Amino acid sequence: MAQLPLQFRLNGSDVAVFADEADNLLSVLRGKVGDLTPKFGCGQGGCGACMVSVDGKTVLSCVTLAQNVQGRDVESLAGLSGEQLDPLQTAFMDGFAAQCGYCTPGMIVAARALLRRNPNPDRDDIVEAISDNLCRCTGYEPIIDAIQLVAAQERGTRA
Amino acid sequence: MAIHKGRGTCAMNYPIGMNLGGDPSQALVHSNPEGKFTVALSSIDLGQGMKSVSRQVAAETLGVPVEDVYVDTADSDTGPHCMGSFASRGTHRVGNAVIAAAKEARAIMLEAAAEELEVNAADLVTDGQGNIHVKGAPGNSISTQDACNAAQFKYGQSVSGRGIFLIPMSDVDPDTGEMSTVSCFAHTAMIVDLEVDDETGEVSNVRINSAYEVGRALNPKLVEQQLIGGAWMGLSHALYETTEPYYPSREHRPYSFSSYPMPGPGDLAQHDISILERPAPDGPYGGKGTGEMCANPVLPAVANAIYDAVGVEMDELPITPEKILRAIHEKQRQGA
Repeated sequence: MAQLPLQFRLNGSDVAVFADEADNLLSVLRGKVGDLTPKFGCGQGGCGACMVSVDGKTVLSCVTLAQNVQGRDVESLAGLSGEQLDPLQTAFMDGFAAQCGYCTPGMIVAARALLRRNPNPDRDDIVEAISDNLCRCTGYEPIIDAIQLVAAQERGTRA
Repeated sequence: MAIHKGRGTCAMNYPIGMNLGGDPSQALVHSNPEGKFTVALSSIDLGQGMKSVSRQVAAETLGVPVEDVYVDTADSDTGPHCMGSFASRGTHRVGNAVIAAAKEARAIMLEAAAEELEVNAADLVTDGQGNIHVKGAPGNSISTQDACNAAQFKYGQSVSGRGIFLIPMSDVDPDTGEMSTVSCFAHTAMIVDLEVDDETGEVSNVRINSAYEVGRALNPKLVEQQLIGGAWMGLSHALYETTEPYYPSREHRPYSFSSYPMPGPGDLAQHDISILERPAPDGPYGGKGTGEMCANPVLPAVANAIYDAVGVEMDELPITPEKILRAIHEKQRQGA
């Protein structure tokens, strides 16, 4: 299959790789760029473990063609934390919002996207925002609580 | 056509572990040159917190901070044998094995400390902060690291321990069928309230109130987390999940998450939990197991609540709207 030169920004840095025409974004991120934060869950767009943002909108990278991100801005979980963890990561840890941890990167990407477009979400907004993301361990409650807590913190109010 | 409210209950005794050909778990503990400890296990942490609890149990027994213990579950080739993480046995069986191993290592560490401090090992205590001192005389003290290094470099002793915990195989009495399969039980009582729509068969507004008795909650936050998540799985088994919805006909078998119904964050039941602690005499620091027990009682309680709501006995899982509707229609047909 023809190899395509593919250039995009990942978490603010320029990335250039050769990809197959049929490569999906997840396999390029994990296999060619080496960003292992998006996870391979079902490979069918059904579980949300592979979620990343493209130009600020969340996508399921396992069902996104890699060539579609040509020249665009991709953000994964790795882009949310620099010197310090994203407050969502801290809240997930403190609130025991992860058990096996496999859904966590997608959950936090979805949650951060929500808080950027709606800093004042109610519980239903949060449920809606993570409804593409399956979690098998926690029963979701600690995850919803953690997102609610960070939303309140970032508004400067109490949960 | 109407929405019917129903309430169902379930109470259970949950046995920890299984009657296999004997139910053992093993642990090995040794000190490292920097004065820390490694616990080698082949028990598996699937996210339930087995590593955290083993670490706490080892630190408590050795008398060192939790930070000074590393639990290695890398491979069943590098850790001693364990039957596995199932039957809610991890905390109880593995915890007891870790205590046995850590006690043996601790005794060797205290012997070396006693030599260094020129006292009797029986008079020594640990402060849990990495120091060993003479009982009642905290000034007469040595660090666990110095004691472990003295053991190795001066006395030629390995600060290490082997631990096994075994519940032996219990034979079945041929006359009565009686056997003694377990060493301790955990307990649950649960009330489920829900609503059933007799037009669509849908179950909604599920609310769970429960009390779980778990021995001592060695890590209260992990216990709570496991109970919430596990009860959600139980609800999922009760109402949603099956890989063979039309068994034995397999044409409609789900093949992905899009056709395998599994509750999402919008399908949550409100769940209020009360955790009761009655430390088990044979448990590691009183701990039992919460694992499967958090999921199991939800299933009968949901079935009972549906019976209470619309008067149909559901004996096949999951209790889908279709099954409820068929049962309601069958009941009406018989009544007519």
